[in-house]
Amino acid sequence: MAEAVDYRYVGTSPVRPDGVDKVTGRAQFGADQNLPNMLHGSVLRSPHAHARIKSVDVSKALAMDGVHAAVSGADFPSVQSGEVGGEGGGDVADIAKNVMARDKALYHGHAVAAVAATSVEIAERALDAIEVEYEPLPPVLDVVEAMAPDATLLDDNCFTKNLPEKPDKPSNIASVMVLARGDLDAGFEQADVVVEGEYRIPMAHQGYIEPHACTATVNEEGKATVWCCTQGHFEFRAMTSKILNWKIGDLKFIASEIGGGFGGKTVVYLEPVAVLLSKHAGRPVKMVMSREEVFRATGPTSGSVCRVKIGAQNDGKITAAKAWLAYEAGAFAGAPVMPGAMSIFAPYEIENFLVEGHDVLVNKPKVAAYRAPGAPQAMHAFEVALDDIARQIGMDPLDLRMVNAADEGTQAPYGPKFPAIGFKACIEAAKKHPNYTKPVPEGAGRGVAAGFWFNIGMQSSAEVRINEDGTVIVMEGNPDIGGSRASMGLMAAETLGVPYEQVKTYIGDTESTGFCNVTGGSRTTFATGLAVVQACEDIIAQCKSRAAATWGMDDDQVEWQDGQAVPAPGVNADVSPLSLADIAASAPKTGGPILGRASLNAQGAGASFSVNFGDLKVDPETGAVEVLSFTGIQDAGKAIHPAFVEGQMQGGAAQGLGWALNEEYIYDADGVMENAGFLDYRVPVASDLPMIDTQIVEVPNPSHPYGVRGVGETPIVAPLAVASNAVRDATGVRINDLPLSPPRILAALSND
Amino acid sequence: MSKMHIRTTINGDQVDFLGSPQQSLLDALRDEVGKLGTKEGCGTGDCGACSVIVDGRLVCSCLMLAAEAEGAEITTIEGIAEGDGLHPIQEKFLEHAALQCGVCTPGFIVATKALLDRNPDPDERTIRYWLAGNLCRCTGYDKIVRAVQDAAQELAHEA
Amino acid sequence: MAKVVFPDHLLAHTGGEREIEVAVANYRDLLTILEKRWPGVREPLNKAAVAIDGQIYQDAFLEPIGADSEVFFMSRIEGG
Repeated sequence: MAEAVDYRYVGTSPVRPDGVDKVTGRAQFGADQNLPNMLHGSVLRSPHAHARIKSVDVSKALAMDGVHAAVSGADFPSVQSGEVGGEGGGDVADIAKNVMARDKALYHGHAVAAVAATSVEIAERALDAIEVEYEPLPPVLDVVEAMAPDATLLDDNCFTKNLPEKPDKPSNIASVMVLARGDLDAGFEQADVVVEGEYRIPMAHQGYIEPHACTATVNEEGKATVWCCTQGHFEFRAMTSKILNWKIGDLKFIASEIGGGFGGKTVVYLEPVAVLLSKHAGRPVKMVMSREEVFRATGPTSGSVCRVKIGAQNDGKITAAKAWLAYEAGAFAGAPVMPGAMSIFAPYEIENFLVEGHDVLVNKPKVAAYRAPGAPQAMHAFEVALDDIARQIGMDPLDLRMVNAADEGTQAPYGPKFPAIGFKACIEAAKKHPNYTKPVPEGAGRGVAAGFWFNIGMQSSAEVRINEDGTVIVMEGNPDIGGSRASMGLMAAETLGVPYEQVKTYIGDTESTGFCNVTGGSRTTFATGLAVVQACEDIIAQCKSRAAATWGMDDDQVEWQDGQAVPAPGVNADVSPLSLADIAASAPKTGGPILGRASLNAQGAGASFSVNFGDLKVDPETGAVEVLSFTGIQDAGKAIHPAFVEGQMQGGAAQGLGWALNEEYIYDADGVMENAGFLDYRVPVASDLPMIDTQIVEVPNPSHPYGVRGVGETPIVAPLAVASNAVRDATGVRINDLPLSPPRILAALSND
Repeated sequence: MSKMHIRTTINGDQVDFLGSPQQSLLDALRDEVGKLGTKEGCGTGDCGACSVIVDGRLVCSCLMLAAEAEGAEITTIEGIAEGDGLHPIQEKFLEHAALQCGVCTPGFIVATKALLDRNPDPDERTIRYWLAGNLCRCTGYDKIVRAVQDAAQELAHEA
Repeated sequence: MAKVVFPDHLLAHTGGEREIEVAVANYRDLLTILEKRWPGVREPLNKAAVAIDGQIYQDAFLEPIGADSEVFFMSRIEGG
């Protein structure tokens, strides 16, 4: 393990550079871009969860006063199957059909046509004038029923992938996957106790407060400029290019400030439509989703059925584990069941295991990434079953996890051996935490669970420019969704040795900075941070070289210390150190402006483990659950800006608790979501939660100069099982399914 | 549809605008007056991103018709800062890292201003229930509540 | 010889072989050898991630592979 290092700026929590704009209402979000002569676009959405589209006629809408363009699936090119970017929602041919339905509407709310008119009101009236002939089909809504051989099919050309031989019949099971090791039967034979259960979790939405929005303008040369809220404007550009069959060079994407995403803004919905409407109308087109559209047609994450069986010895050692996962993909293939399967056993060293995953089509919106996509569902099932093991053998749940904990050198269930990881350090920290050593409050129950996410690297670019007075501009291409500008500024300040206040960080558009993959996968501080550090090192090398030239030395006779060029130890020279400001001032004579850059495909992202626990109280009269306290402990590798790391942990905990206690997509028999608004899809509000305590563990990631692992996703994973296990502890009744809403709790208590 | 002339006072300035009869105050602020700091998260009064103060009362501007604002005094997020400095509530939101994405922040700051104007010393429970009409999906509310507590102290100290 | 392991979902491309031993200098050369052995395997491998001695690469290229190296192909990870 690397030694703890004292840094001057890294590890402090200064005010973010975009802060003043965001507390004064000045920051421009997706819906804040207006252009002269602008039209408003609206989308016509399918009233059926499953229907063949026999015809779409937009002519009457187009003939209305104030309507300047109308498009339907027939106006979009057919798109070749293939992946786009590094991440973001699966096959681009499917994304194209999700953006605008072609021959079939696959969920209630699926886009079928769109118009652009001089006002929102006229656009919405024009939607009523569009004539669509549907042939309704039976909706497929239950993930297990969808897998039956005689189920109604969403796609007659969907043949299950990854089977040893290509099947001869199509199916709603888009793909299967298996991870296995050891001898399962032998493992279960060695067990003293076996716990088995089925755990169901309905779809849940990312619930970002800002609805999707974009403004597009296409000029007379056929070049488009698009402003939008996105987690990755480069990938939005790539998707739009493929969906419209336009050249990337004809599309410029400018990321607005983004009002939350959590994975949900990694895939296009409106942007290709707005570009096409603008092209047809010859005027800018703005499109903003309503909250209802956000619920019905974007996100969510998979509903799931997980079956888990665990065998363990009386000393806690897990001898065998088996899991069967079925995840709803929604209308198109691409449920996050693979990462679910890869993460379910990841915190533990288990010799004998088998996990089978199924990616299943149902007539619901196509799922999008949601914070550690796939992990919360599977790990909820496993962590709940593990809690039952702990009860049966009478062991502290933290001790049980410690007995089985993965460590450096453990062969991860998904293949490789772990490098240095912080899971054991998290368990130890939990065990000592005052919130854990204190007794459980009267009438409440305590739940414990572990969390995990892989984290990713991927491509990033950064440029660093030194102004004439030595102040610093950092330019990169990752939309700042939670304070990443501050983290970039801190790493630049630390590397260059200049005060944080002298560094400004900007997010460039697709034409003003180099390619960056999405802000997602907890990669930004790790990968783009790495690019920023390398660009600063490029600056330092140039500054040393200029100082050497100034002093008549060789480059290797100069060192960079505390933001200044100084002669290397042993170099005998009567010169004064040259600061960044000194070198910037003399730049015209030493080679011109100072510009550093780096571009990379970051490898070696470090897995982030967590341990969470909480005390929850159940009201037996109403079934309402009150969260009395919650503690998140997580390995951040290194917290560049600790306040924002805590914020990620607290925000993820709140989302996980919301998912555990209240949030769910409720469907009627026709496949219509019945709670498509924030009144009925109830995300946690301030009065639902206590203060959320955090403890950051720092086991540095050896692949990052400051040890960063990435922290954004892991925090949502453990709270689901924490809530289940606490409610079990409080009531004595095990409820396998989520959410633990009052009706479900009352039903369980009355059955008991 | 013909438009109506509406005269209001926004952040101390007399503002006249033309609004349609069915237009919400939120849409009028954003589309007619150019006050884009007030955000729309839901349009149904559930998220509080569009919070403004009208004649001393905290309202969701998406639930109020623009026409109802005739003669009213309105404070939006653009009117919270005083002179060339930030308001203590804004400063404390920054110091406590009480925002991540920032889209709910204008609504929270306006709602906090309305709270502290009527109750300068709220306890944690009062803060949490007062702000229960404002959704934040990023922070888990911990740092927001702390920022409000600290702002209340700061304002009491200044008074 | 380096140990190279394939996950279940790639076995259809390796004639069912889960683990092989290969003497090779780097990742680029490994792919060349594998493609020669199982024509067509390069495409699914290019879509996979690979772990070389515990370090996960979404896009490996010239990463060295030693005589004692362990190489695991695995699914690519995305994220929110």
